[in-house]
Amino acid sequence: MKQNYNKPLPKRLLDKFAPTFSEGGKLSWLHSFYEAMETFFYVPTDVTKKGSHVRDCNDMKRTMFMVIIALVPTILFGMWNIGFQRIGGADFSIWQNFWFGFWKMLPSILVTYIVGLSIECAFAQIRKEEVNEGFFVSGILIPLIIPIGTPLWMTGLATAFAVVIGKEIFGGTGMNIFNPALLARLFIFFSYTSSISGESVWFTDGRTGATALGELANTGQLPEGFSMLDAFVGNIAGSIGETSTLCILLGAIVLLATGTASWRTMISVFVGGLVMGGIFNLLAPAAPVTPTEHYLALPAWQHLLLGGFAFGAVFMATDPVTSAQTNAGKCIVGFMIGALAILVRVFNTGYPEGMMLAIIFMNALAPVVDHYVVQANIKRRNRRAKKTVNA
Amino acid sequence: MKNKTFQSLTNPLAKNNPVLVQILGICSALAVTTQLKPALVMGLSVTAVCAFSNLVLSLLRNGIPDRIRIIVQLVVIAALVTIVNDVLKAYVYDVSKQLSVYVGLIITNCIIMGRVEAFALSNKPLPSLLDGIGNGIGYGAVLVIIGFVRELFGNGSLFGYQIIPECFYEAGYVNNGLMLFPPAALIIVGVIIWVHRTANKDLQEK
Repeated sequence: MKQNYNKPLPKRLLDKFAPTFSEGGKLSWLHSFYEAMETFFYVPTDVTKKGSHVRDCNDMKRTMFMVIIALVPTILFGMWNIGFQRIGGADFSIWQNFWFGFWKMLPSILVTYIVGLSIECAFAQIRKEEVNEGFFVSGILIPLIIPIGTPLWMTGLATAFAVVIGKEIFGGTGMNIFNPALLARLFIFFSYTSSISGESVWFTDGRTGATALGELANTGQLPEGFSMLDAFVGNIAGSIGETSTLCILLGAIVLLATGTASWRTMISVFVGGLVMGGIFNLLAPAAPVTPTEHYLALPAWQHLLLGGFAFGAVFMATDPVTSAQTNAGKCIVGFMIGALAILVRVFNTGYPEGMMLAIIFMNALAPVVDHYVVQANIKRRNRRAKKTVNA
Repeated sequence: MKNKTFQSLTNPLAKNNPVLVQILGICSALAVTTQLKPALVMGLSVTAVCAFSNLVLSLLRNGIPDRIRIIVQLVVIAALVTIVNDVLKAYVYDVSKQLSVYVGLIITNCIIMGRVEAFALSNKPLPSLLDGIGNGIGYGAVLVIIGFVRELFGNGSLFGYQIIPECFYEAGYVNNGLMLFPPAALIIVGVIIWVHRTANKDLQEK
């Protein structure tokens, strides 16, 4: 084949290897992988041949990429925080801490992407479909929501479970009922409970200590010297992505400004959390004694800064596939996620972080909520139509 | 004729497996499969009850008035389950304790009543007996597979003997706690059904 040297290198390479990967070629069994690489570098030239089709430059790849951009502040901060939380971390410079965390986190990112993408490619190849981009976001979310101390084989196994059981058996990207990243965390949580809760998993280099939520679940009170400013900025113990509410808010601004995530879901999750927290504050006795009574008295707004609440609200609850599709449904599902998360936190001390369970639970209920929203709408319009006819 | 009789034994093993194809008997598949030994004993017990209830009711089939047949079936099945329960208590007491109420609940196992209604009441004794054995083994086989996976990954052992060597644990391996929860059994049943349907293309729903 005559090569066109006016084209940039990736394009030339792709063109050169196109016959090898197309049907009848030597590596045709890797066609879906080739296709993924081609559309990763270049906007595809093929257009749909029949039927109506939305023409928009914002395809799934760009949408997913927006989410990754929104995650950048959280990821960078999370890496620095890994270094900062180690023994004597405060004495090191920002860069030293960042590189320390970078090298700690890189293996788990690589493991999730390699495991997840190879399973996705294998399924796409068997089903003769194209590889979807859905995993690009899940693959970075998984390392962000598990403790830094999680062994790599657990991360890999959880990723495989989430992709196969949570996604591929339902038909792949866009068909899944549950958020795949959360399913991976759920798998680790129920399979290897001791490696995701307790005292030793949140830090590297042998330092131990419970997270704020763990402490709350045990005693109902925040650890001594714990400031809400720290919880907002994020230099506290916890999963890598969840600690800094500030960085999550930056990501939320990106998502909302580009219209990638639904503001209805996001805001209603926070409202749900505030309302539930407020109710608990009213229920709390004036002089709390037991841990639960202490926990009830925790100001509602502090709940929103702790644990994975903000991260779940911004990046997990807004997943367009597993959330509700109707506008009213989004508000209902979001509100329920926020309320349930606080309910689980306060009353079930076995699960210090209720956000994961609340989102998974509402993922399952979202289609039902949608169904009744649509039915209610049909009923209302029928009534209105009847009124007009009668009048 | 000979061939057809034989088929009533082999069909329920794979092609028409009560658990995988008819989705019957799922509840006990979740309850007794955390370990391999109770799963195996449960499979054998159901096989015995299913085989003999099919045989007895097939022999009685022309004498039972249609209106009270359910009562008659229950009496026969309950009597057989009581015998099985006592045998288990006499010979494998520890397993019988582990299985607790689930032996008694064999009476309510949909497979047994289903086979009596669907097969034994309209077939001769020999095919009925074979059908009962086949369905019991088909059910037991699935239970054993589930029990194998759950005990191996949940406890690292099989039949109570440690299989996964100590050095694995020292290297950082941890038993999978999820396997000991009932949902794991449901997931494993789902995966077995997935494999089974992939192998038997004519069973796939359109």
